Amino acid sequence: MLDYFQRLGASSLGMFERLGRGSLFFVNVLLSIPSVIIRPRLLISQIHSVGVLSFALIVISGLFVGMVLALQGFYTLSDFGAEGMLGVMVSASLIRELGPVVAALLFAGRAGSALTAEIGLMKATEQLSGMEMMAVDPVARIMAPRFLAGLISMPILATIFSAVGILGGYFIGVGLLGIDEGGYWSQMQAKIDFDQDVINGLIKSVVFGWVVTWIAIFEGYDAIPTSEGVSRATTRTVVHSAFAILLLDFILTALMFGDI
Amino acid sequence: MDIQRGKVTAIMGPSGTGKTTLLKLIGGQLRPTAGTVEVDGQNIHQLRHKELYQLRKKMGMLFQSGALLTDISVFDNVAFPLREHTQLPESMIRHLVLMKLHAVGLRGARDLMPSELSGGMARRVALARAIALDPMMIMYDEPFTGQDPISMGVLVQLIRLLNDALGLSSIVVSHDVKETCAIADYVYLVSAGKVIEHGSPEQLALSDSEWSQQFMQGMADGPVPFHYEAKEYAKDLLGLEA
Repeated sequence: MLDYFQRLGASSLGMFERLGRGSLFFVNVLLSIPSVIIRPRLLISQIHSVGVLSFALIVISGLFVGMVLALQGFYTLSDFGAEGMLGVMVSASLIRELGPVVAALLFAGRAGSALTAEIGLMKATEQLSGMEMMAVDPVARIMAPRFLAGLISMPILATIFSAVGILGGYFIGVGLLGIDEGGYWSQMQAKIDFDQDVINGLIKSVVFGWVVTWIAIFEGYDAIPTSEGVSRATTRTVVHSAFAILLLDFILTALMFGDI
Repeated sequence: MDIQRGKVTAIMGPSGTGKTTLLKLIGGQLRPTAGTVEVDGQNIHQLRHKELYQLRKKMGMLFQSGALLTDISVFDNVAFPLREHTQLPESMIRHLVLMKLHAVGLRGARDLMPSELSGGMARRVALARAIALDPMMIMYDEPFTGQDPISMGVLVQLIRLLNDALGLSSIVVSHDVKETCAIADYVYLVSAGKVIEHGSPEQLALSDSEWSQQFMQGMADGPVPFHYEAKEYAKDLLGLEA
């Protein structure tokens, strides 16, 4: 029994120690951001690798999520004779919740894991040490551009996800199920509030972009420099990101849309 | 331990004895728990981040793996420190990179990617990169490990040649006795984190220390035993308690 508490205490201390190191690392990354701004080429190449290469995954997923939402929504709404509200239901679900959350989960799986594996392997093959010895700070040269790229890409990807999802809902609702086209768009236009829905959705995606990219680059930087260490770090990135996204989504939703 | 300017100083000892750790201490990548490390008259662990990075511009380091950046070509690897630290025009950088690659015999490999290089070639490219900024000193971490005889011969020759031609101070960490002694001016033998003996290769060859003789002659048994500590063989086979 005492052993159990000892292990629990040690793992809790370890967790707080890692959180502390992660926070210090994040402060270093933030302090290095001005060096990225004066060298936009680094940032652009990272936006390509983190954002543009996630584009296809986001578009295809967004399309199918929108189509499924329209199908499910139609059968539920038709019970109440409210099929005309399908556009509102699809768009509100996507803009407020599914767009930022699902896009962030996909982003963590596609770009977050790639970032961790890349940085972890750079560490394992002494490329980061090599940079340090060439008087090039790896935090400024490698981490900061990737962090900024994630922060910029995530809201754009979430927006694309929601937009494509709304189009997917349109194809199913209007094209397949015969809902009035004008109603689909006009109801959406009337009910979706720019500040309350669109801006709040964007804020969520920025927060998710921050947390996923932070976790991904820190896990890579902190990985044990072996193949097993990198593999574990990559897994941790996806798992921790998923937890963080869902937890932060609850907190943000409560703050933005709840009355608490 | 005193590393002299303009000389090739070797640090030798068995694996796991702290040789690479020593290089990392000199480069400021690790902090010592006791003692001080001075480079060019500066206590490296009391320097601020910026000062440390300034000092590192005067240091080169050749890692065991080469540590080349795998997503860029040989040319770009050698150009990397020049592009990061100088405002030189691209035409000048091209000349400098070709000169450095020529010095290590790999001018013709400039367009290859690191994955296309053999182990020996990768180390030579890393060497060209290490001298790109004309440093005052270079540290070599196990430069001969895993090399075929030709690559090893090339590296041995290059280390001595570059040291003399560029007026460098070189620190070679290795456990390849023959190759290292062939180019070293001074040798430190270390074991379990301590300097056991030091002197010129000739002095060490004549040393009467058993440990030095075992290491220099590559003998399997001696002060460093062949067998890892274990209970008595017969009792172990019979499954008896010691």
